[in-house]
Amino acid sequence: MFVPCERGGGPASSDFKGFTLLMPAVSVGNVGQLAIDLVISTLDMTKVGYFYTDCLVPMVGNNPYATAEENSMELSINAEVYSLPSKKLVVLQIRSPFIKNKYRPFCHTLLSWVKSSKCARVIVLSSSHAYQRDDEQLLGTPLRYLLTPDLEKAVGGLMQELNWKEMEKVAAYPGINDTEKVLHIPGGGITKLLFTESCSKGIQMAVLLKFCSEGDNIPDAFALVNYLNEWLQLIRSEVSASNNSTDTSSQWKIPSSWRLLFGNGLPPALF
Amino acid sequence: AFLSSFILDSVCWEVVGVVKLWNEWCRTSSTTNVLPTDSFCLFYRLISDPTVLLCQCSCYVAEDQQFQWLEKVFGCMRKEGLQVTVLSTCPVADYKTQESTLTLPSPFLKALKTKEFKEQVCCPLLEQPNIVRDLPAAVLSYCQVWQIPAVLYQCYTDVIKLDTVTIEAFKPLLASEILKSLVKDVSESTKILKKLLTANETHSNIYI
Repeated sequence: MFVPCERGGGPASSDFKGFTLLMPAVSVGNVGQLAIDLVISTLDMTKVGYFYTDCLVPMVGNNPYATAEENSMELSINAEVYSLPSKKLVVLQIRSPFIKNKYRPFCHTLLSWVKSSKCARVIVLSSSHAYQRDDEQLLGTPLRYLLTPDLEKAVGGLMQELNWKEMEKVAAYPGINDTEKVLHIPGGGITKLLFTESCSKGIQMAVLLKFCSEGDNIPDAFALVNYLNEWLQLIRSEVSASNNSTDTSSQWKIPSSWRLLFGNGLPPALF
Repeated sequence: AFLSSFILDSVCWEVVGVVKLWNEWCRTSSTTNVLPTDSFCLFYRLISDPTVLLCQCSCYVAEDQQFQWLEKVFGCMRKEGLQVTVLSTCPVADYKTQESTLTLPSPFLKALKTKEFKEQVCCPLLEQPNIVRDLPAAVLSYCQVWQIPAVLYQCYTDVIKLDTVTIEAFKPLLASEILKSLVKDVSESTKILKKLLTANETHSNIYI
């Protein structure tokens, strides 16, 4: 459930009517979560509440987006909500995996919060196993999108203009019967469930995902967040003079908590 | 062990409650009638001041039981004026730092506090990118969300078994506002410490 940081501090901080909700799916390489970290850190978003739930493994730590001594002492928990009213953007960050058998209740709680807070649309950042791609998917861009029917009506045309590729459906019974196609997002965590539930509940949801593998997923996070930026224009993209392409990689701010992602320093005695 | 030696004793504290849970990591006895004191999660109340409660949790609380544990325990307490202190240990190998953990002077204490906790902490705060997991994290999350002042003291140690050095690392807490008035007499503490440690030592004589 959503619990605002400021109690009785007026509806302003928790009024998300008409906002776009951006959230990650806990998926392969944690790319969605890394991308969300970049968004929150770059746009310097304010924490407005917690998503208190028994569905995620508990964890706490100090402020992961700290920029100075003064703001480094605020406690953060496993699921928090940040907002930027000037861009009508609200972001949910999820920092731990699901407890066994709890991902379904989580989806239901989340979607009912989306409905009750009257968010205009939801964008889920996710990823899928790169090794599951078929021959055609191996060529070209590794980025894909999905839109629920309600959102398709609103922004379907924009996707065409941006020349984005829709996530392909795969055969339900490969090798046996190729006519029946289903949506399959291996390694995507709750992405498919959220998407199918939103379709049936009439929620405007978009899924943006990247094919990737586990490893150093920082470049994947940058790719995904740039992809998102092509649509939402959260930060201005500068045209790079050298290769004449729009590259916003240098403008995303890496949060301080990304330090030491691959372990501590080495003991000097090792050598 | 720290609490048993320095704070608890049978005269000033009484057992008021117990949390029973089962998971495969708990050592369960085969008897059907388990006495309250056989449980691994006991609640003591200070007789002279019933507003002070102490919980000794010596079993592992699995992640899918943590939420229920919290709801049950905090459900019995009034939230107004409540203050929570959590003491926990953790292997130093889990501590993320620029230099190698081999060169760190362990054991050492680190703290995390909720927004409402305004008192002085007895040691440095836990820096990013370090995080805390399990029951201490669940308790702190609960307190942060429901605006209860709470502090967690986590001791990073390189010793797996119970030892005096790690227990003594918690000593700075005895001077804190919360624990100052609850400290026992020193000679008592040393006696109990010795008893606790000898009970564990017999198993480590395998090479003798």
